[in-house]
Amino acid sequence: MKVSVNWLRDYVDLQLPVNELAEQISRTSVEIEGQYQPQGKMKKIVIAKVLSVVPHPDSDHLVITQIDAGQAEPIQIVTGAPNVATGQTVILAKHGAVIGNGVKIKKGKLRGEVSNGMLCALQEIGMDDAIVPQPLEDGIWVFDEEDAKALTPGEDALHVLGLDDYILETGITPNRADMLSMNGTAYEVAAMLDQPVKMPTFTLNEAQALTQDTLTVKADARMAATYAARVIQKVRVKNSPLWLQRRLWNMGIKPVNNVIDAVNYTLLTYGEALHAYDLQSLPAAELHVQMASGDETLVTEDGVSRTAHPGDLLVMSGQEPVMFAGIMGTAKTQVTKATQDVVLEAGIFEAKTVRRTARDQNLHTESSQRLERGVDVDQTLVALDYAAALIAELGQGQVLQDAVVAQVQKLDLPVVTLHLSRLQAVLGSEITTQEVAHIFEQLQFDFEQQGDAFVVTIPSRRWDISIEADLVEEIARIYGYDRLPATLPVGATTPGKLNAKQQLIRASRHVLEGLGLNQAMSYVLTTPEKAQNFKIQLDQAGEPIQLAYPMSQDRQQTRSSLLTGLLDDVAYNVARKQNDVALYEQGRVFSVQPGAVQPIEKEHLAGVMTGAWQTRNWSQTAQDVDFYTVKGLVEQLLTNYNFVDAVRFMATNQRLEMHPGQTADIYVGETLIGMVGQIHPITAKAYKVGKVFGFELDLQAIMDLPKVMDQYEAISRYPAISRDLAILVDTAVTAETLRQALVKAGGKYLKQIDIFDVYTGEHVPGGKKSLAYTLTFVNREQTLTDEIVNTAMDRIETVLRDEFAAEIR
Amino acid sequence: MSLADELQKLRENALHEIETATTSVKDLRQAQVGWLGKKGSLTEILRGMKDLTPEERPQIGALANEVRDTLTGAIEDRQKVLEAAELNKQLEQETLDVTLPGRPVQQGQPHVLQQIIDELEDQFIGMGYQVVDGPEVELDKYNFEMMNLPKDHPARDMQDTFYITSEVLMRTQTSPVQARTLEQHDFSQGPLKMISPGRVYRRDTDDATHSHQFHQVEGLVIDRHITMGDLKGILLAVAHELFGADHDIRLRPSYFPFTEPSVEVDISWGPVTKDTKPEDIEWIEVLGAGMVHPNVLKAAGVDPEEFGGFAFGMGPDRFAMLKYGVEDIRNFYLNDVRFLTQFDRKG
Repeated sequence: MKVSVNWLRDYVDLQLPVNELAEQISRTSVEIEGQYQPQGKMKKIVIAKVLSVVPHPDSDHLVITQIDAGQAEPIQIVTGAPNVATGQTVILAKHGAVIGNGVKIKKGKLRGEVSNGMLCALQEIGMDDAIVPQPLEDGIWVFDEEDAKALTPGEDALHVLGLDDYILETGITPNRADMLSMNGTAYEVAAMLDQPVKMPTFTLNEAQALTQDTLTVKADARMAATYAARVIQKVRVKNSPLWLQRRLWNMGIKPVNNVIDAVNYTLLTYGEALHAYDLQSLPAAELHVQMASGDETLVTEDGVSRTAHPGDLLVMSGQEPVMFAGIMGTAKTQVTKATQDVVLEAGIFEAKTVRRTARDQNLHTESSQRLERGVDVDQTLVALDYAAALIAELGQGQVLQDAVVAQVQKLDLPVVTLHLSRLQAVLGSEITTQEVAHIFEQLQFDFEQQGDAFVVTIPSRRWDISIEADLVEEIARIYGYDRLPATLPVGATTPGKLNAKQQLIRASRHVLEGLGLNQAMSYVLTTPEKAQNFKIQLDQAGEPIQLAYPMSQDRQQTRSSLLTGLLDDVAYNVARKQNDVALYEQGRVFSVQPGAVQPIEKEHLAGVMTGAWQTRNWSQTAQDVDFYTVKGLVEQLLTNYNFVDAVRFMATNQRLEMHPGQTADIYVGETLIGMVGQIHPITAKAYKVGKVFGFELDLQAIMDLPKVMDQYEAISRYPAISRDLAILVDTAVTAETLRQALVKAGGKYLKQIDIFDVYTGEHVPGGKKSLAYTLTFVNREQTLTDEIVNTAMDRIETVLRDEFAAEIR
Repeated sequence: MSLADELQKLRENALHEIETATTSVKDLRQAQVGWLGKKGSLTEILRGMKDLTPEERPQIGALANEVRDTLTGAIEDRQKVLEAAELNKQLEQETLDVTLPGRPVQQGQPHVLQQIIDELEDQFIGMGYQVVDGPEVELDKYNFEMMNLPKDHPARDMQDTFYITSEVLMRTQTSPVQARTLEQHDFSQGPLKMISPGRVYRRDTDDATHSHQFHQVEGLVIDRHITMGDLKGILLAVAHELFGADHDIRLRPSYFPFTEPSVEVDISWGPVTKDTKPEDIEWIEVLGAGMVHPNVLKAAGVDPEEFGGFAFGMGPDRFAMLKYGVEDIRNFYLNDVRFLTQFDRKG
């Protein structure tokens, strides 16, 4: 809420500079989101009187005026203002003035006539259209005659308009709705400064005639805990005096007329939701509150036609709705300059309903905001009387006797006990009984001391306080969080460490970073199409989660794979000419769990690579990523897990988003843990990327698989023997098939099989490929003889010839 | 010429040749063979020994040995010189432009948010905290109700929520992990000290300062004698770890339904020394914290009369933005490699 420091001075004797006040409020009560003087850097803007107006000889829309700006000689000003007239008291920006938006005013000639400054509208001196009573097209600002009497030409107009005030913008947290009023803010400021506070006083003079003879009211207490009204007759509706307008616009509210302004002023003072109707425009001499059936239509004050939703609270007069209760009235029944008699209503409407209606209608008003968050139930009728007295005073009206009251919410002040020992234990501070007692006095909370305990009666203005912890907070913040010690918990020590799952996740990340992939964090929410992509388990349903009310088409379902997000990342990079991309991501994927409320969340690990793996440099030519680059990384990663069972890569053409000839499912033993391969060109195109390789692994499955715990084996004391073997086989024979055959035929001493060459092309017959192996034999028990190795090689060659029609080269 | 003269002459000639005429180890080897070899000049001369008198023989023999020793020594010396020269020549030939860049190796970097999360995890693990996970698709019950945010609570508006059904939602905060952990914890086994980093979601339009997806690190400590001073001490330690030991913090009143008292924690943008004037400190809001609300403890079946403690929620995204001056939160989730690779400081 905007808080005028000048207004605050009515309540509290503020001796400290405004920035210190702001700092105090920040530290003890609510955040100060902004702090400014409306006048900004404006200057040399004065009150002036129009002495004469004559037409401009060379213009049909300009006039030449002589202006009294408190100087010996009148000043000539040429203006295009349509409303300028002799005798007006106006605002003059003199030669050398700075007006709104930092514009400098200099004397000059307008179509040949000297002009020594500029007559201003309020919009031209930095005031927002939303708070200025008249539109800019209407011309310059002219002070009301009544107000003008107190003004002297030449005096500082910025001061007269209140623009030299300081405004503090308080960020009110939901619990501190009491500070949505000047009264509440004043209590708070007085408490923190340890000063007395002066609350507004007023005298209400009532006429003989009774209100109830003019108006009746009715409301169900469940809809409106308090509901009451007054009638003020024979009101002269006109502009409010300057002092009132000034306060309103500094608080961000546009002055309208003296009745509506009085209502708003009271709202700002008390934080209570009031409303004024034009009595003659009401369909009947009664008001009642009822629940909308949903077919009511109201044209509200903002000119918008709105249909009520079933359950909205409406104020009705006769058969017609005249207000969304506590939010906004109808245009037809609002107070205008033609109004004679005013109905003033005060109500505490049910907060939940007001909140829902305001949201549904997108109609958030000063009063709905306060009703939603709560109001001081003790002050509702006081505010009603205050506003009635103010309207009567400003509009010379008569307040009829005794408000009509449907009911008043019972005042039930909670009594909360605070134990000093508890306070000290929670704060970790040695705060004393005297200090606590003094803080309660500052807060103006009534209390009794009973030994260690403070029995506190909570005032109605602090409906946020109901338990001991709330009082702990009250004491702590006024005492000052700065004064609390900074300690560390004492008590039993606890071991802190990552669990096995967290360790595995961290280790996996480190391995992939060491292998050259950068960690990405992508969006979890994606399109329904992408949400289906790259599931590891093809046979399981595992549908993604759909948001009930997504914000955009692009973000409406949860991902089933990390690859979707990573491909979006690649697309983002490629679109920015970053063509060499190697990323990995660790995160969760989601799928509906049949029969369960919550989905399955699985930890995954995935990577993408595109472009050059080795970039061109002085010593190497560029080398593009290919299937084997990615597979090599995955193999290294999987090696680090030390599975008990062997890792297998099985060619698959079943994955629609993957290249049918460059994709492998990855198994450990019989468990499918993921896949690696090239993204299918069609999928790649849909993601707006080129040739991309990727992998996706189910980390949960990896975690669950048995691992080799005892990794060490003594290095053999006997030397190994290596033999090279070159063969020619059909291209269809896979390396994995050959490997299995070699292992089987090689005997127990064959320890390692390395492929050092794969070749097709010249010198190799069509349909054939040449493979070259290094086979390494080791006997850990004794020196291996050539004989034994030769025998093994013979077996291998026989098997290769017999089973694969291999030619040994 | 007498044999002795011949030997003297040989010595002279040989020394001269060794010192001046040999330019490589190979030359030297040849010279050595020529002078001292089986068919070399010295052997040749010594053949004349047989013609000497028995008196002369030992003298000449001694002289011959002396010549041999001299020459052998000279050859060894010369060899060292020549070897050194040859090595120098080789080294010179092998000289590279060491200012050419080395052959590139691949190394990836952890994401900057991950670095912040890891740093926090490590720090809290050091202080005896557990790291706890929780579901990202959460029940309304844990995300809101058990956190003292019943349906229709106005503070729910502070966190616009992606609902999936009326009871299931994308968690808006990591706080539900508090409720889940509190429900599980066995206080007879000691205090509860945990942090929970993770992703959270809000129904926000993405712009420079808002993201529908971001991260939080929740913290919770519950025991019999935990104070707000302890909270302050922990947060000061975190601030020092992340931003440097010369930074200060301040606590301001705030509101969270699940803590009472609740505070907003600011950290000083610059260093604070004992000479810094309070009005010169620029404070940056970094996290929310407070003493756990009794209703939260009760909802999880913990007796608020016996147990209490503090909770805090930190924003790694905000930390990273502050620490590195990252101006747009979307950078964290778009994964431009030019962004990701910048955060490469290790140790």
